[in-house]
This record gives sequence, C-alpha cells and structure tokens, in this order.
Amino acid sequence: MNYSASELMTINSARLLRDHDVVFVGVGLPNLACNLAQRTHAPNLLMIYEAGVIGARPARLPLSIGDPTLVSGAAAVCSMYEIFTLYLQRGNVDVGFLGGAQIDQFGNINVTVIGDYNHPKVRLPGSGGSMEIAAWANRCYIMTPHQKRRFPARVDFRTSAGFLAGRAEREAAGVRGGGPQAVVTNLGIMEPDETGEMILTALHPGATVEEAQANTGWALKTAAHIRVTEPPTENELRILREELDPAGIYLKGGG
Amino acid sequence: MTKLTTLSEAIRQYVHDGDCVFAAGFTHLIPFAAGHEIIRQGRKNLVLARATPDLIYDQMVAAGCARKIIFSYIGNPGVGSLRIVRQEIEAGRLEWEEYSHFSMISRLQAGAAGLPFIPMNQTAATDLEKANPQYKRVVDPYSGREVIVVPPLNPDVAIVHVQRCDASGNAQIWGIIGEQKEAAFAARHVILTAEEIVDEEVIRSDPNRTVIPGFIVDAVCHVPYCAHPSYTQGYYDRDNPFYLAWDKISETPEAVKAYLDEWVYGVKDREEYWQKLGEETRKRLEVAPRISSPVNYGQY
Repeated sequence: MNYSASELMTINSARLLRDHDVVFVGVGLPNLACNLAQRTHAPNLLMIYEAGVIGARPARLPLSIGDPTLVSGAAAVCSMYEIFTLYLQRGNVDVGFLGGAQIDQFGNINVTVIGDYNHPKVRLPGSGGSMEIAAWANRCYIMTPHQKRRFPARVDFRTSAGFLAGRAEREAAGVRGGGPQAVVTNLGIMEPDETGEMILTALHPGATVEEAQANTGWALKTAAHIRVTEPPTENELRILREELDPAGIYLKGGG
Repeated sequence: MTKLTTLSEAIRQYVHDGDCVFAAGFTHLIPFAAGHEIIRQGRKNLVLARATPDLIYDQMVAAGCARKIIFSYIGNPGVGSLRIVRQEIEAGRLEWEEYSHFSMISRLQAGAAGLPFIPMNQTAATDLEKANPQYKRVVDPYSGREVIVVPPLNPDVAIVHVQRCDASGNAQIWGIIGEQKEAAFAARHVILTAEEIVDEEVIRSDPNRTVIPGFIVDAVCHVPYCAHPSYTQGYYDRDNPFYLAWDKISETPEAVKAYLDEWVYGVKDREEYWQKLGEETRKRLEVAPRISSPVNYGQY
C-alpha cells in the first residue's frame, strides 16, 4: 500500500494517544493525528486548542490555530490566560504535540533562531505555546521528518525543554511534565533512554538503522530490540484521506 | 453617553507617534481596518504589541509605522513565515522584545489587574529568559522556590474588535476570546470597533456575554467587516486564501508597495475596501447561522 511520509508520521503519532487523554492540539499534522485517534481507538479523546477551545469537534479541517470551526460545537471557550493557567499550568493536560526546526539528542527544541539570538542568521517564529507545553504536559510527542539538519547534537537555542543535558537536570528543574516521550519521524520512532537521550526504538517497514543514523546529527544509539511498526491500515488511511484532509493540504507533502 | 465616532477620528485622537499599540485578537477579531487607518494616517515609531503579530503588523511594519515589536510568535498562522517582520529583525532594522505566549499574556494580565508583576512556574527552558532581561526570578515566600516573573504591559492604546456593543461601549464577544478583555483593561485608552452597534437593551438582555464594560472605553466605531482577512465568529469566515496570498505578496517590496497602494492608501475606509473585495470573495466568506439556545435570566 502506498502512503506519504506525512501519513506515516500522523498515523504512528495517533497510535500513541490513549482513550480519555486530554490533548493540547496544534494545527497541521498533530490536528490530523488527534482527530484520527478520536475516530479509531480513542473515542473519548478530549481536544484542547491553544486559542482557548476545550472539547472541539471541528467539522472541517482547521487551517489556523484559531479557526472558527473549532468553536462551533465545542464544549467550552476560555481566554488565553485561562488556557495556559487553569488547563496547562495546573496540570490538566495529558499530551502536547511539538515540532521544531531543530531537535537535539535530549529532545530539546529550537523554534526561535538559527545562529546568534541578537544577530539571527534565520529568525524563526518563536515559542508560541511550546515553552510551557513542553514543560507542563504530562507527555510530549514530537513529529518531524528525519533529516540531519533537524537533528543536531545541540540546538542553537533551547526554546523548550526536553531533558536538557540529561534526565537528572530536568528533574532538578522541578517542572511538572514528563518531557518528550517519543519523536516520530518518517523513518521510525526515537524514545528517551534512562539518561534522557533519544535512541532509536522502532523502524517503519522498509526503513533501516543505517538510514536513521545517517540522518541524525549525533551518534544515534539503538534499543536492544528494535520494533517494526505496523504499516498504516486501510481504515486509517481512508479516514485521513476521505474524512480529515480530503484536499491533501497537510498530507501530501513529506511533512 | 454616546462614544460613537468614526474610526479615522478615533485613530487621530488616540493613536500618536511613538505610542505602544495593542491591536487585540488571537486569530479571531483582528482589527485590520484600524491597522490600515493607522497606516493611512502615517503614524511613526509605534511599539506594536501582540502575541501573534499576524498580517496586520507585517503590513504596518512594511508601511514604516513601527520602531519596535513585542510578540510571542512571529509566523503567518497556518502558512509559515511572517516575512516582513522577520526580514526587518534579521536586518537589524526593527527592535524586538520576545516572550512565550504565556508570559506575553501574563504581562497583559498583570497590566489589566494592576499588579507590579505576575508569577509563572518554571519551564526549564532558560534561553529566552537569558535573552530578554524583562524576565526575572523571585523567591516564592511560601515554598522558598524560584518562580519566573514578568512586569505588567500597559499599552497606550488597545484596539478591540467586537461582534456588538452599544453606543457607550458595553461590548459583547463570542467565539475565541483570546486577550481582548485583558488588553482593554490594561490599556490607557480603548478604541472599540464593532460589527454592529445595538441598543443598550440588547446588551442588558445577556450581561454574562459582556466582556468589556463601556466605562473603560474611549471611542466606539461602527466598522462592519473590520477584521477581514481575519474573521468575526458568526459574521464571516477567515480568508485563508488571502493568508496564503500574503505569503507571495510579501516576497518582494514591489508587490507589498502595490498591495498597500491599492488596498490601504487607495481606499477611503473599510466600506470601500469591502466593496472592492468583490462579490465572489464576499460570497465565499459568508457563514451559515448556528444559533445558541437562549438562557433564562429570570424576571426579579
């Protein structure tokens, strides 16, 4: 069966969600992953959007984080101060999705700047909600194509915290969330080991360890037993292509 | 007391060169018509504050209105880069002050609540804290642990677009409520733009929906379609194709100048702009009604 890199990442991310999870959803692929999970194994998934929408049931594909379709039919709407305090800071969010221009060996993310902060070579959009999501959601998942430039050993700027320089350092900082639990790429899945270092734990069908290592900017370790992920099912692909993103706005690309 | 005036008069009276301006709205209700009027009136050296500068500040920066930008996410939402703000920052021509969404909104909350600062839990990501000296740490006197604090943001003027208000500025919003209330209470002056000016009795029929009370409002302007290409929940849709089109337009200074000449300097006001958009666009942005169930406040 044929599927795109974006479909592969979205489906594997959706499978990480559990029924009754409260998810802080972003637009694009995370939105598709959450809506897919909700239509398959997690019917009681509660979707919260950064714009202050709780229990959204988008009737069409949202094209921005504040799309009006998120509000119509939602359970509740609140202010931005409330979404970040009552929901995120208070500990009411199970899962956050993150992406980034750079993700390092310990799952720290840079969406701020390439080069020096005060004299930026490339100025990126900046934190938005990601600094607090990474800190306070119980679990974070990162979805990104597997490319060497995206996976440097160290990020130029730590916009949001993974395990810093190791799990102990994050624990010492005393933030409530559990940090990044998985990095889902088009080649496989990386998960933190006991030190917080991201290691290869799963490969998608057809992908190889060598390929993953060649596309990672640090000496990528592998788990003792590398799992092979189940290929996308016909049902998962049908929901994505026919119900969620029929125009292929997010699914057609490589991510 | 009626505060009704025209948008051009309100901008003339309450937005001055060098002011800190907060045009409110998280994706929703962004007061584009006010941004365009500020451009037409040629304001300079403004400090533009918004969590997401969005196209409205990209255009104001392109038109030379801004000295500095205060923000927490400089992207074209749903599209990609916010090219002009990004270029000006990269070229060192625009000052900037950066936060996360939460700390940006916390600054506004502190400003609205009259607090000297507001605490937030640590996030373990300290690079932005090091880059922006407005972030400080204080010791929580109860637990002895450090919390992150930011100072209040009190803009000279907030511009807030709403679905409806009465002539004295009691304003009702529904849909995404972002930071409109906080912006209004934090600012020294408040300009309201509204899709509809309604009778005071309409407001009083549903007081829980009133987000901004009239007594903190300085000017009330009736500006239908003020938010386009952003949207007003229940009134018209977000013009997502325009957000994509701006990505192209903002690639070259010539195209930006042509856009501003045609759509900002070339029109008198929002009414002319809306007509100029054409029947096809107006039709595309129409939205079918979805009416909420009424609530019973009771007769006492």
